[in-house]
Amino acid sequence: MLRIENLHVSVEGKPILKGIDLNVKAGEVHAIMGPNGSGKSTLAHVLAGRPGYEVTAGRVWYQGKDLLAMAPEERAREGLFLAFQYPVEIPGVSNIYLLKAALNAIRKHHGLNELDAMDFLATVKDKTRLLDMDEQFLYRAVNEGFSGGEKKRNEILQMAVLEPKLAILDETDSGLDIDALKIVAQGINALRSEKRAFILVTHYQRLLNYIKPDRVHVLAHGSIAKSGDAGLALELEKQGYGWVEQLADAGA
Amino acid sequence: MSANAQTLEQLIGHEYKQGFVTDVETDFFPPGLNEGTIRALSAIKKEPEFMLEWRLAAYRHWLTMKSPEWAHVSFPPIDYQAISYYSAPKTQADGPKSLDELDPELLETYKKLGIPLAEQERLAGVAVDAVFDSVSVATTFKEKLAEAGVIFCSFSDAVQEHPDLVRQYLGTVVPYTDNFFAVLNSAVFSDGSFVFIPKGVRCPMELSTYFRINAANTGQFERTLIIAEDDAHVSYLEGCTAPMRDENQLHAAVVELIALDRAEIKYSTVQNWYPGDKEGKGGIYNFVTKRGACRGVRSKISWTQVETGSAITWKYPGCILQGDHSVGEFYSVAVTNNYQQADTGTKMIHIGKNTSSTIISKGISAGHAQNSYRGLVKILKGAENARNYTQCDSLLIGDRCGAHTFPYVVVKQPTARVEHEASTSKISEDQLFFCQQRGLSMEDAVSMIVNGFCKEVFKELPMEFAVEAQALLGISLEGSVG
Ligand SMILES: Nc1ncnc2c1ncn2[C@@H]1O[C@H](COP(=O)(O)OP(=O)(O)OP(=O)(O)O)[C@@H](O)[C@H]1O
Ligand SMILES: [Mg+2]
Repeated sequence: MLRIENLHVSVEGKPILKGIDLNVKAGEVHAIMGPNGSGKSTLAHVLAGRPGYEVTAGRVWYQGKDLLAMAPEERAREGLFLAFQYPVEIPGVSNIYLLKAALNAIRKHHGLNELDAMDFLATVKDKTRLLDMDEQFLYRAVNEGFSGGEKKRNEILQMAVLEPKLAILDETDSGLDIDALKIVAQGINALRSEKRAFILVTHYQRLLNYIKPDRVHVLAHGSIAKSGDAGLALELEKQGYGWVEQLADAGA
Repeated sequence: MSANAQTLEQLIGHEYKQGFVTDVETDFFPPGLNEGTIRALSAIKKEPEFMLEWRLAAYRHWLTMKSPEWAHVSFPPIDYQAISYYSAPKTQADGPKSLDELDPELLETYKKLGIPLAEQERLAGVAVDAVFDSVSVATTFKEKLAEAGVIFCSFSDAVQEHPDLVRQYLGTVVPYTDNFFAVLNSAVFSDGSFVFIPKGVRCPMELSTYFRINAANTGQFERTLIIAEDDAHVSYLEGCTAPMRDENQLHAAVVELIALDRAEIKYSTVQNWYPGDKEGKGGIYNFVTKRGACRGVRSKISWTQVETGSAITWKYPGCILQGDHSVGEFYSVAVTNNYQQADTGTKMIHIGKNTSSTIISKGISAGHAQNSYRGLVKILKGAENARNYTQCDSLLIGDRCGAHTFPYVVVKQPTARVEHEASTSKISEDQLFFCQQRGLSMEDAVSMIVNGFCKEVFKELPMEFAVEAQALLGISLEGSVG
């Protein structure tokens, strides 16, 4: 589904990612961990096509296509979803309006009709229930006045409605209380399927107790210092990042 | 500036879709202004003596005045002798016509503008008065409205058919000595709309006037007068467009509203005059005086305006809150782009007890545009417990445009309460990227964010017009990406 080859990225002339290789197959869940500032969000943003990043080397294949050549909205319509670490507020635009506009843009791209208003409402209400969100959130302006945890949950609601093929969740677990974490994890698990892949960026083993990853990668100083199975996350929890960072430095 | 901000700027560069010219034969005056012009104009309209006298009084007063310079706009001096003060399609030269007799070119023009005049085509049940250059060419649903006792006709017809009403109310809100452009209008106004809603009547449909400037080198000086007697209600919409021309054209209108006891007037404007090209060449100078008098107790006047057009906009729809417990409202969205300049806002004058006013102003600037909010809230001594709430928000797109706020507050009554809130924001790249990441195109993202910003104003527009206004904003922000 996603193949990253030797990806180098700079921001304002400063190299941030220094040769990332990653292969994510349909049906898999990959966790990306790593210390603050190691480049996790940068990787997520580059995959989603955020302007301001310069790819200095490497390629990214998504469903057989050259991902880096696609416009951000095209990536989204082709099923790439990013749950933001810091979701933005859009005053005056209701959540439900955004969801409808987004879903219809994606459907149109695939040659489908706009969803009937009643069907759409039913689907969306279903998903709010799945995430244990009050329906009134649908009619509030996107993220405006939402608590930190509510914003994160709102990202997952959008994911649930848009049903992406590849979902990249950037620290969706940060800021969630214990109950919310469980609910969000359930929401993610409900979406897991053979055809869908997840990249979970997280600092905590906690999330991985609920969503078992197939692979865990540790990002340090802009490259993947170590990859392993779910056990690696446990090890990191015990020992911290120090030893992997040393590995990265040794490799570099 | 980042790549995203640049594409955003390109996006805002919009095409004006109403810029075509209609080829009709016209009767017109050669350029120039003197007493003779005014006498000729009055004669061609077969006006009663009082009307001519009023015009001449205004003209003589105007000669003593100077063009105002306090607004935050700049333009070269206007040569009033270079303007033609009358232009009318030939077929309209003598008296009102039925739609069947209307020049097909004109029908086609309004159809192209999205205003099918043929009544049977109207689904929405909105009565339309169509003003083409200096004259009203058609008014629809006249008979149906008459059944309800509502008078809705061109100003010229009103002068002929209801001279007493015109005489009683004309100039009582905006006197012929008011301001430079209003005084000029009083002298040379050519047509406009007249609305009278008698006691206790709720106007059975929305009324609207559509102003179209077509001829070159003409000014449009229309005058609208709306009277709602006790317990009467009316909702009125005004729309405007003009062809694209390199020269600037002057539009100096006057609107007077009068609300008696418990009457309500809702006046909505979707203004889409030609704004000039990307370099700031051409476009309409829109210098307009709009004022409403809440004369009666518990009367209410509400102004809603969506302004996307004009090279220069200079207007301050206001309310004079005379009646106790009367209410004034002003909801405004003003979009300026390229080299457009807007100096707009409102005046709320509180005279009666327990009067209240609300001002919500949303200014959007892009390109090199300058957008100013200028508002006056004046609370006179007798206005016990008067209240005002003002909110001014500005949205900037790009970094070469400007937003300015000039609030003036005068309070002479200690029990009054006046609140003012202001904010300035930018469409952030984070917001744009977020929307694109959800699958929206850049165009749709900008339009969604801008519409969200304007929501409080759009919800005040009548249903059909809200849709039109949103579409208009969409067009204003449309363009090729990247
Ligand atoms: N626009 C920018 N200008 C300069 N440096 C930047 C910019 N964006 C990111 N960086 C730098 O790139 C590095 C990686 O940032 P990134 O946000 O990807 O880290 P992260 O791994 O997601 O960290 P965290 O765990 O704190 O979220 C940091 O050192 C950051 O300061
Ligand atoms: Mg991060």
